[in-house]
Amino acid sequence: MSRRAAIIGGNRTPFVRAGRRYAQASAQDLLVAALDGLVARYGLAGERLGEVVAGAVLKHSRDLNLTREAVLSTALDPATPAYDVQQACATGLETAVLVANKIALGQVEAGIAGGTDSASDAPLAVDDGLRRVLLDLSRARTPGARLAALARLRPGQLRPVPPRNAEARTGLSMGEHAARTALEFSVTRRAQDELALASHQKLAAAYERGFFDDLLTPYLGVRRDDVLRPDTTLEKLAALEPVFGRDLPGEATMTAGNSTPLTDGAAVVLLASDEWAAARRLPVLAHLVDAETAAVDHVHGAGLLTAPVVAAPRLLQRHGLSLADFDLVEVHEAFASTVLATLAAWEADGLGTVPSDRLNVTGSSLATGHPFAATGARLLATTAKLLHERGGGRALISVCAAGGQGIVAIVEA
Amino acid sequence: MSAMSDPYGSFVRTGPGKLLAARTGLPRPPRLRRSVPGQGLLDGPAAVVGLPGASRVDETTLWLRNAGVRIARGEEPLAALVVDATGLRTVADLDELLTLAPLFRRTTGRVLVLSAVPATLTDPEARAVQQGLEGFVRSLGKEARGGTTVNLLRVAEGAGTALRSAVEFFCSARSAFVDGQPLVVGPGVPVVRRDRPVAVVTGAAQGIGAATAQVLARSGHHVVCVDVAAAGEKLAAVANSVAGSTLHLDVTAADAPAALATHLADRFGGADVVVHNAGITRDRSFVNLDAAAWSSVLAVNLGAPVRLTTALLEHDGALAPGARFVCLSSINGLAGAKGQTNYATSKAGLVGLVEALAGPLAERGLAVNAVAPGFIETPMTAAMPPIPRELGRRTSSLQQGGLPIDVAEAIGWLAQPDAAGIDGQVLRVCGQNLLGA
Repeated sequence: MSRRAAIIGGNRTPFVRAGRRYAQASAQDLLVAALDGLVARYGLAGERLGEVVAGAVLKHSRDLNLTREAVLSTALDPATPAYDVQQACATGLETAVLVANKIALGQVEAGIAGGTDSASDAPLAVDDGLRRVLLDLSRARTPGARLAALARLRPGQLRPVPPRNAEARTGLSMGEHAARTALEFSVTRRAQDELALASHQKLAAAYERGFFDDLLTPYLGVRRDDVLRPDTTLEKLAALEPVFGRDLPGEATMTAGNSTPLTDGAAVVLLASDEWAAARRLPVLAHLVDAETAAVDHVHGAGLLTAPVVAAPRLLQRHGLSLADFDLVEVHEAFASTVLATLAAWEADGLGTVPSDRLNVTGSSLATGHPFAATGARLLATTAKLLHERGGGRALISVCAAGGQGIVAIVEA
Repeated sequence: MSAMSDPYGSFVRTGPGKLLAARTGLPRPPRLRRSVPGQGLLDGPAAVVGLPGASRVDETTLWLRNAGVRIARGEEPLAALVVDATGLRTVADLDELLTLAPLFRRTTGRVLVLSAVPATLTDPEARAVQQGLEGFVRSLGKEARGGTTVNLLRVAEGAGTALRSAVEFFCSARSAFVDGQPLVVGPGVPVVRRDRPVAVVTGAAQGIGAATAQVLARSGHHVVCVDVAAAGEKLAAVANSVAGSTLHLDVTAADAPAALATHLADRFGGADVVVHNAGITRDRSFVNLDAAAWSSVLAVNLGAPVRLTTALLEHDGALAPGARFVCLSSINGLAGAKGQTNYATSKAGLVGLVEALAGPLAERGLAVNAVAPGFIETPMTAAMPPIPRELGRRTSSLQQGGLPIDVAEAIGWLAQPDAAGIDGQVLRVCGQNLLGA
């Protein structure tokens, strides 16, 4: 890259379990809240930025211009362009790569990347038959034609079709896919529970020391992620019943405690050229150096969430690095088993190992929650701040995504 | 806002309410003239009167003319009456005050008396006479009607720009709730204002802090809005509405002074204005106070201003040349209040802080003052029991509570470069409340 994009900082709403305190907030409301908090933190009210890029995984048909509509509700200059990106759980990091690339090319000087999701306010589709009736009805010109269309209505068609947490091509939920990978990599229940426990403990400690004071803005009276259980124990986690992989030939190890719950929230990150930051006296936390997105054929047997296993070697090889060259590694905790399987696969590939004191040092999705599209931006801002706090260093971020995709990125300070 | 939160006040402004109040002798709080964009300094002519020995009449008249004020001729009603009494030296001279009665009768708006600084006079009679003006002004303030305020400016040797600035402030709608107050106006050289001066307001998420952010933004400041992270949502709304920025900071945290100083130095090249507004109450009778309720109030209201100010003064680049500090005291700190021993201790302590810092800061070209609000319509006073709340409102000469904007306007004035001669003062914004008068 000709010039590297600087990560100035981030902002997010606290993350909240679906159906709770954000039940009445839409994905757009959440994105507006995250953006306005960021705008306020960096004094961007009335500023025209190069672009704002964000997205949601659970997206209503009305949200075709989600990010642009959100921008119009913020204090940013309405002349700030925006567009939507959707790459499942990779969305929040992929948007950052897009903005960073434009900065690197000199096409924009500063932009905001991020994502938002409301599992509470998930879009409901109607039955295909009902949809055809309604479309025909809207096209009918005569009373007779209207009656004819209505006559095709059947009571069964009135049941809404909720979004499925399942892969379109396999019909398996993400958890079921992950359970298969866990079995393949012989990931134990205890290792998963230990990772989950560490996530809660590390996140709680980060809150205690005020780490999130400049990464998070309360929303609707919520001040902390409500998934966080500072007092959870290995015993409590061990007592939970497995929920995924129960029909597989092997021990079912994945529980509600070592899997991420459905969550509502939004996260954004401010990226800019070094010059833009310097002109505004904004300290640079770190730089987004490079990224690699990969896909695997989960339809024909590859692990659904194992794309980072492919992406990381490509990226590291490009830079002549091994895992030992990284001071911090952030692996999105979609499931504890995913993290453990990914680390095992990297090791098997000869990338090296990640000492536990470098892994997800302020906790990750298991304790924070995981509003799908928001997670990447959360990870990027957190990682950049951690590197800045250390006074420099290099970090690897890895995010798996539905559809057999995944993204990894290198951040340096 | 006052209409919403003061039902009695809005009722007596209606036809039937007016009638009832007149018949029964109930208080009739006037509607105060407040600052709006594009407004003139006064909405009518002014008279400037020089009593024997006066030396400030010409310049005062010139300043008012330059501010677009017409000087009255003949017997017309006055929007302001400015009296130069700086030259009165003998008890016999005080008879001259009586000549003001006809002018006072036709003044609705502002009465401003200029006096000498009594402490600088060595002649006992002269000092007595000048001190007497304070009693005159305070009493006249209580007789004034229709939202008219009466204030006293004690003019020090060499006062120039600051006096002009003070005359303008006290004549304007910005001082709507400042009444019966004496203020010393010293010399003081204003620094050249930066293109985009930077102000810091602690406790900016609501109430007086939020209003102060608005007033400072109105005069061109970038306002760094500081509050605890938990108040972040409101804080962001305030900061975005004034095109400022937020800083989530617990002012009592061990690293807060360093964090604030670094933030101001690195991101803004120093602050021009620092408003110590963050404050809490934990009201309880003294014998029932626990250690937490005592110390948390002291830590937020007094400890934080002390520590933050020290850090800003010591940290290179944290303050811009000519920087101003304004501390939010309270008339309850001056007068004391039942159930507020902790609060009053902290708020009186701020007066000591201001007085102690004034001299040393002046040597660096900086200034520090305190503003002491009286009964102000805020979420805090809205939560008071009805009877004390109603008493708080009606025991002022203006017969009503003030608004956060009234306090903010006073802070905004003290923050201006032109107010450089105001230092080490406590300005009450209380509508001449009986408390602590």
